[in-house]
Amino acid sequence: LGPTYAKKRDYLAGGLVTLLGVGVTFNSLTYSLGTLVHMGPGMFPMILGTALTFVGILILGTAVTGAPSENEHPLLDRQEWFAWACILAGPILFIILGKLFGLVAASFACVFVPALGDRTATLKSSVTLAAGVTLFGVLLFSCLLKMPLPLFQIDF
Amino acid sequence: MIQTALTDLVYGFGVALEPHNLMWCFIGVLVGNLVGVLPGMGPMATMSILLPLTFGIPPVGAVLMLAGIFYGSQYGGAICSILLNLPCHPPHAVTCLDGFPLTQQGRGGAALGITVISSFVGASWGILEMIFLAPVLVVAALEFGPGEICSLMLLGLLAGSTLARGSPLKGIAMTICGLLIGLVGSDVETGTPRFTFGIPDLLDGVEIVALGLGLFGIAEFMKSVNRLSEVDTRYTNVTLRDLRPTRDEFRRSVPAMLRGTLIGSLCALIPGTGPTIASFISYATEKKISKTPEKFGTGMIEGVACPEASTHSSVQGDFIPTMSLGIPGDAVMALILGALTIHGVMPGPQLISAHPDIFWGLVASFWIGNIILVILNVPMIGLWVKLLTIPYKYLYPSAVFLVAIGVYSSGNSMFSVGEVVLVGIVGFVLLQLGFHPAPMLLGFVLGPRLEENFRRAMLISRGDLWVFLKHPISAVFVGLCVLLIAMQIFVRLRTPKVLPIETALRAER
Repeated sequence: LGPTYAKKRDYLAGGLVTLLGVGVTFNSLTYSLGTLVHMGPGMFPMILGTALTFVGILILGTAVTGAPSENEHPLLDRQEWFAWACILAGPILFIILGKLFGLVAASFACVFVPALGDRTATLKSSVTLAAGVTLFGVLLFSCLLKMPLPLFQIDF
Repeated sequence: MIQTALTDLVYGFGVALEPHNLMWCFIGVLVGNLVGVLPGMGPMATMSILLPLTFGIPPVGAVLMLAGIFYGSQYGGAICSILLNLPCHPPHAVTCLDGFPLTQQGRGGAALGITVISSFVGASWGILEMIFLAPVLVVAALEFGPGEICSLMLLGLLAGSTLARGSPLKGIAMTICGLLIGLVGSDVETGTPRFTFGIPDLLDGVEIVALGLGLFGIAEFMKSVNRLSEVDTRYTNVTLRDLRPTRDEFRRSVPAMLRGTLIGSLCALIPGTGPTIASFISYATEKKISKTPEKFGTGMIEGVACPEASTHSSVQGDFIPTMSLGIPGDAVMALILGALTIHGVMPGPQLISAHPDIFWGLVASFWIGNIILVILNVPMIGLWVKLLTIPYKYLYPSAVFLVAIGVYSSGNSMFSVGEVVLVGIVGFVLLQLGFHPAPMLLGFVLGPRLEENFRRAMLISRGDLWVFLKHPISAVFVGLCVLLIAMQIFVRLRTPKVLPIETALRAER
């Protein structure tokens, strides 16, 4: 199963790069191109987009012709959806809670939720860690570095 | 020439020994050593987190600190490799091969002692190289017109993307993506907003801190969560007395150290080949010329001394093209250049003459920083080793918080925190698809300058694309680019011959 996955991964990678290249090229045509002497804002992105498309096709090409390599780990060999979601939720909660309730709530959530992502984490260990880091963060960023985000606020 | 270099160096020590600069240098190497020791933390993420905090201090202090984090983490990374067999810092991956067997034989302390000596020797040579070579390069570079700068940048980008780890094609794709991300925002000449998708916050471009932290912070945490197993702390009982190598060990490592230093300093001169490649090459060389190559991998002290010396000499040498030409060799250097730009210092050949305090202060601080590191690592080795036992499950949530608050403080806007989340997701998908994110940062930093110089070159030559071949210096750079591509094609067409150590390391990662 391994090698086929590695190949599939290169198809995906090449396809993605090609698509991105084509997208950039077409998007750059909406800006004015200008001439080589007086380049408009669209010229350089168009060159890059074309180059990206070319590289994408080359990646696809090597995926088709090349032997599947063994020493690359296959696509998503171990899925940790819960942990990934927890990590991403950290900064997202930081934005939301920071705007609504201020730094303390934001910091606590930003540590607590990612900590839950670890398989061996318990509720208690996560709360302790989050409380500790929040205290440290408040002391360093609010008291010492005078960050303008208020510690507590209610702002809907 | 030696006279002027010495005068400048004395001036540099004056700058670096100013109390506040000394403090920033100390904080830098301390934090660097700390993150180097901790498994799963890297200098890239740390530098990006601390970058916003440097906005309030003068550029000299900021650069001294950021550079300190980079070379400080190299000292710490070796501890992690030798005692835990965790190749979490790429330049020290080869050190595991002989360092860990030594630890199992109870000579881990001696390996660490040799590492500190080799590191200091390697670093000292790298610094000397920088003192004498950088000003020479500058004299040449000051003659460069926009055409030459353009082809030099092209060479730097191409070398950075094809010689680094992973598939060269994917590296080039990442570089182009980075160049494109660098274009986001208002066009410098016409003010036209490009790739902003109508979002006003993007008019000033993407924050370098957000890009760095997304790629090297969030994406890395997602990759390693639940993956770093509990560390084996059986061997982490090292005290100061254990550091002393035996006479025989010392005698064997001195020549290895010197060879490693030489290889490292040569690698530093080729853009794109950073410390990681230097350490691989030096290990392979050392094994080849050894009388007992079969013993490598079972705990040869030479296999520790050589790669460590070459890593450190190449780490210091990496600063040469960055500071003298304004062309960074890898992502770390790109970040340092980005920091300089944020502080209003234009990178390029004029940097040394326009800001001698930054350049010579930095050089002098390398010496001071390396001495501090030796002091930190020798008597306090027990403390660093204790740090190895902090589990990753406490580290990464704290790091996520530092990422969020760090990027917030870079512009006091929640928008950049959102940027980090988005870049993190994209970076994670790219990692899964086998792309390495480092060239992206390289492209991002050079993008705007590449475009500007390209436009200028075309304006001067009246739209003649052959101008890049008509000027001899520029033609040499273009020729080297072609050579680089030809070499890659050649390697591709030949049957792949992967070094056995490389396969071993890949399997471990």
